Amino acid sequence: MSFRIIVLAKQVPDTRNVGKDAMKADGTVNRAALPAIFNPDDLNALEMALKIKDQMVDAEVIIVTMGPSRAAEIIREALYRGADRGYLVTDRKFAGSDTLATSYTLSLAIRKLEPFHLLITGRQAIDGDTAQVGPQTAEKLGIPQITYVEELISIDLQQVVVKRRLEQGVETVKSPLPVCITVHGSAPACRPRNAKLLMKFKHARTYTELQEETRDYTQLRFEKPYLDIEELSGDALEADEEKIGLAGSPTKVKKIENVVFQHKESKILNNSDQDIEWLVRQLIQNHIIG
Amino acid sequence: MNNVFVYCEINEEGHIAEVSLELLSKGRRLANKLNVELEALAIGYRLENIADEVFTYGVNILHLADDKRLFPYLTLPHASIVTGIFKEEQPQIALFGATSIGRDLAPRVASALRCGLTADCTSLEIGNHTELKSNKVYQNLLYQIRPAFGGNIIATIVNPDTRPQMATVRDGVMKKEPLPSPFSGKINHVEVQKYLSDVDFVVQIIDRHIEQRKVNLKGAQIIVSGGYGVGTPENFKLLYELAETIGAEVGASRAAVDAGLADHERQIGQTGVTVQPKLYIACGISGAIQHRAGMDKSAQIISINKDPNAPINQIADYTIIGDVAEIIPKFIHFYKLNSK
Ligand SMILES: Cc1cc2nc3c(=O)[nH]c(=O)nc-3n(C[C@H](O)[C@H](O)[C@H](O)COP(=O)(O)OP(=O)(O)OC[C@H]3O[C@@H](n4cnc5c(N)ncnc54)[C@H](O)[C@@H]3O)c2cc1C
Ligand SMILES: Nc1ncnc2c1ncn2[C@@H]1O[C@H](COP(=O)(O)O)[C@@H](O)[C@H]1O
Repeated sequence: MSFRIIVLAKQVPDTRNVGKDAMKADGTVNRAALPAIFNPDDLNALEMALKIKDQMVDAEVIIVTMGPSRAAEIIREALYRGADRGYLVTDRKFAGSDTLATSYTLSLAIRKLEPFHLLITGRQAIDGDTAQVGPQTAEKLGIPQITYVEELISIDLQQVVVKRRLEQGVETVKSPLPVCITVHGSAPACRPRNAKLLMKFKHARTYTELQEETRDYTQLRFEKPYLDIEELSGDALEADEEKIGLAGSPTKVKKIENVVFQHKESKILNNSDQDIEWLVRQLIQNHIIG
Repeated sequence: MNNVFVYCEINEEGHIAEVSLELLSKGRRLANKLNVELEALAIGYRLENIADEVFTYGVNILHLADDKRLFPYLTLPHASIVTGIFKEEQPQIALFGATSIGRDLAPRVASALRCGLTADCTSLEIGNHTELKSNKVYQNLLYQIRPAFGGNIIATIVNPDTRPQMATVRDGVMKKEPLPSPFSGKINHVEVQKYLSDVDFVVQIIDRHIEQRKVNLKGAQIIVSGGYGVGTPENFKLLYELAETIGAEVGASRAAVDAGLADHERQIGQTGVTVQPKLYIACGISGAIQHRAGMDKSAQIISINKDPNAPINQIADYTIIGDVAEIIPKFIHFYKLNSK
């Protein structure tokens, strides 16, 4: 049996590059204008998995992502960098999942891949910045967790030793397997795409994607079954309807406000001796400084 | 029953972490509003001295889980104790610091209790909620207010049906408010063995390097903060000089940190520290939403910027338009002239 590493990765809108067109005229977020990217921390997570695979005699890296059909893009991206195969957990019924429903759904998919040795996730996804899905998935699976991992120290078939990056320092911990590791953005960056793997996997598709293709892939897929990206629906996972999607999400969004500037009456001063001395005196008089 | 709970983090010196004291203050207010009691839960080793610290914040019941194996923090034993106690005590609200500990622990507990959890709240309020579909009205829910989407929107989250309503809050977001007069609550010594099992200790800490924080932005009354516009390390030295002169701490924007002008621990904003000083002097900072999120509650803001239209100016009380390299030396000069 090979050493099995499962990586959780998410496709997210690129909130770091929110340009002017990202906000619509009515002040709401224009999701369409935001490029969808591989969640940054999840690339660090993938790298950690690939590094372990490099060291082991017989290891495989499986990428699992939950999202709409389009999220298959990041599975391909992971295949180009060295992952062995991927699963897209997708169903309309999953829409509106909060972190609890997401971790429940992901844990069902992971159970299908048991026995596994390591579950690796990013520390947090940049769309919500919650950092909850890793620990919650670990709890659902009944395995321990090690969060904010920055460096892999050693690994064998029984245990892993890693370094964690905390607010006030570092900690080295060891855990038996299986364990869930959440990887910090300060961990080594992911290797680039590999040209050979890009050629090998560029036609990898989910069933849904194939429906939309004009080209006939029947023969190709018969010869190369590794091009299948398997989709897992709620039914396939035998998910409890009460625990998925909106129904399974205890947190409800009551209100969304777009951030607008609150104009204050700002006193404008110039770079003149007069103005600056006036301000300094004001501050001293009002006991703000001095 | 159905009280407000705060998980109290224990720091290296064996005291309650600042963020937990801030949460106790917020918890006290929420409890008053709801007409319930405030309970604190502290898990660690040799905790006998923390009781007084905690009661100053108006805690009615302090649950102390004291055992050699409970310090330093480990996820599983702490999660088992918190989950066990919450099952028995049925809190309606449970607050955790959004720290490396709180953000590791709270999701594990929320998953075990199958309840909702909102990370990194910037504000917590009590209010009613009407479920749109059923028209059902929920009284006195916790409004968990937080920025999302890279800080571009502010969302109000509620948990209508599950308890406790759990939230994490960052260091420095809430205000520390010790009670003016002495207060004494009850101590409940937790029988830890009841909640723990051997599997809670499978993860072991081999080594720890905890560094003391050198920079104290949170405690600073005045902050001189530099952005990308400061330009060079030489110019950044002017900020230190100004800070030295007027008794301030030096902060920075992320762009300044990324450019190597300042250390990461000085970063202010959504992914840095949240501060509320008496005076914030923003030098060459444009005022991106992620930066403002960490400083817009400052009592007074001065912006020094070449660009009259920089967004930071809109939240500043005073804007000096010009080059930081010229303005700061003048500021220092006139301060020395006028103060004594
Ligand atoms: C998820 C996320 C989290 C983030 N978290 C943070 C955070 O915690 N903190 C943070 O700060 N940022 C954060 N950012 C980054 C933020 O969006 C901005 O990029 C950053 O704050 C800009 O820094 P700045 O104002 O120093 O630089 P700039 O935007 O480049 O502004 C420089 C300013 O200096 C002025 N200037 C230039 N030269 C001079 C001069 N000689 N004299 C006077 N003025 C001059 C310019 O007019 C300009 O206004 C985050 C971004 C994301 C996406
Ligand atoms: N929909 C998803 N599909 C796969 N992995 C996810 C998903 N959501 C979250 N994760 C994983 O959980 C981590 C933390 O996400 P979050 O709790 O949303 O900040 C991410 O870095 C991913 O590794």
